Amino acid sequence: MILVFSDDNETALGILGKGREIADSVKSEVGVISFGNGGEDAFFAYGADRIYSIDSQPFADRVVEVISNLNEQYRPEMILIGGTKLGKEVAARIAQRLGAGCVTDCIDFSIEGGHMAFKRLVLGGRFLAALRLLRKPQIATIPPGRFEKKAGKTARGEKIIIPFTPAGSKIQVMEIKKKAPQELNIEEADIIVSVGRGIKNKEDIGLIKSLADTLGGAVGCSRSIAADLKWLPEEHWVGLSGHRVKPRLYIAIGISGQVQHIAGIRDAKTIIAINNDPNAPIFKACDYGIVGDLYEIVPGLIEILKKQV
Amino acid sequence: MPEIIVCLKQIYDPAQIRIDPSSKRPVTEGAARKISDFDRNALEEALRIKEKHGGKVVALIGGTKDAAKEALAMGADEAFIYQYDEKTDHLGTASILSGFIRTIKYDLILCGEASVDEYSFQTGPRLAQALGIPVLAYARKVELRDSDIIVERELENRYEVSKAGLPALVTVTKDINQPRIPTLLQILGASKKKITEISPVKPEVGAETLDIIAIEMKRKGIMVKSIEELAGVILSEKQRG
Repeated sequence: MILVFSDDNETALGILGKGREIADSVKSEVGVISFGNGGEDAFFAYGADRIYSIDSQPFADRVVEVISNLNEQYRPEMILIGGTKLGKEVAARIAQRLGAGCVTDCIDFSIEGGHMAFKRLVLGGRFLAALRLLRKPQIATIPPGRFEKKAGKTARGEKIIIPFTPAGSKIQVMEIKKKAPQELNIEEADIIVSVGRGIKNKEDIGLIKSLADTLGGAVGCSRSIAADLKWLPEEHWVGLSGHRVKPRLYIAIGISGQVQHIAGIRDAKTIIAINNDPNAPIFKACDYGIVGDLYEIVPGLIEILKKQV
Repeated sequence: MPEIIVCLKQIYDPAQIRIDPSSKRPVTEGAARKISDFDRNALEEALRIKEKHGGKVVALIGGTKDAAKEALAMGADEAFIYQYDEKTDHLGTASILSGFIRTIKYDLILCGEASVDEYSFQTGPRLAQALGIPVLAYARKVELRDSDIIVERELENRYEVSKAGLPALVTVTKDINQPRIPTLLQILGASKKKITEISPVKPEVGAETLDIIAIEMKRKGIMVKSIEELAGVILSEKQRG
């Protein structure tokens, strides 16, 4: 059996689709673990043979406990976990508890030499590693949004209620603060307008911010702006040693495009580059580029976009 | 007074790793080695806790004496180093670390949330699980209060303030602090501090790397000539949703 879990329902549905595909190819089954009530029937529609339902919030300690127990009882071949922050934590802990390996952020699977190979990006996203998990269960986390959900057969499968009495956790949650929508959260931002050494003064960041505001995006920056010049706090730093981002649209302004920066924007859907140096490496790593003076282009853009957005 | 262990990993700077033109495999030769960035944040946070509460900071380093010297120059009191080969996976690392940590006294363990070469986010949670102590991952604020650790964790759409009794393990994000750069005097002073090599163990492994191959980045690379054209591209990309 392939066991699927995510604390994010959409992610669970996407993984189910992939899990179904793998299970069909090896004539196995797919079980999904559901914490809390609601929306469970969708799991059947998107490929689950079985639902293990637990009436509890998916707190990390409980998820580790429940999945370890299910492993004991059902001995799944594979456990696929949605790679949210909680998912990554619990996957590592479950793997440790079961004495197994674990592949974080697995983006693809293939059969190589009769074994399942788990693919993931390493070394700044420039390399693809293929890993084999040597022990059962084979545990991997899948990045949210990696696989599309696929409506499968409509037959209703089996739903198993897992009785669960939470043990006292050693961790007490004292306060939960929701992030405000306008609060900078560069790793989750949909649009990022990012600035590099091409700007001449700290004050000119206002220009970049103004373009970001026009587009409803967040402001990012390269290493030199955050770490060397300290013109922006490190929350804005995009790059391998800063924040790795995955926006729909990334606009790199006056950023030359060092390896370290490119590695941080690998998951951006569309990259636009503005730079006055036609030989800047960023132009080899962008979808759209324009050679020119940012001090002319950015104000021009803001003027046009303000009328349209 | 708290005894703090910081786990650090020395890595090849991924930005300096080259691609072999024929095999497409990574070439580490000539790439600089450094302490992984977020591990450095973990060490900085340990030093700040020590400055406030006293105690001791022990650096536990996967890597060479050079990395140990750097951690000592930043302010760690003592360093232990261990060697690991490329076959060591996260299960192996957690068993090396937990095996050693069980032999010493500690109140708090700090790790970077992930290493910047692999970004696996596994070592901290695995180590806590192996030691049977609570883990608070993704911390952007840490405060020691009596025998509790209070941590503000950054999750996708919220911050969670959580408390755990010591001993506990905390993994930290990049935003928690700005690591200090040691002065020349501190670098010289560090040579008097103790570096102990942990005898090598051959750990069990759960994962085997079959291959690592460079991938091409597929981007359109279309050059536009005017601001109007660029604005058009931005608008259509923005609306695509």
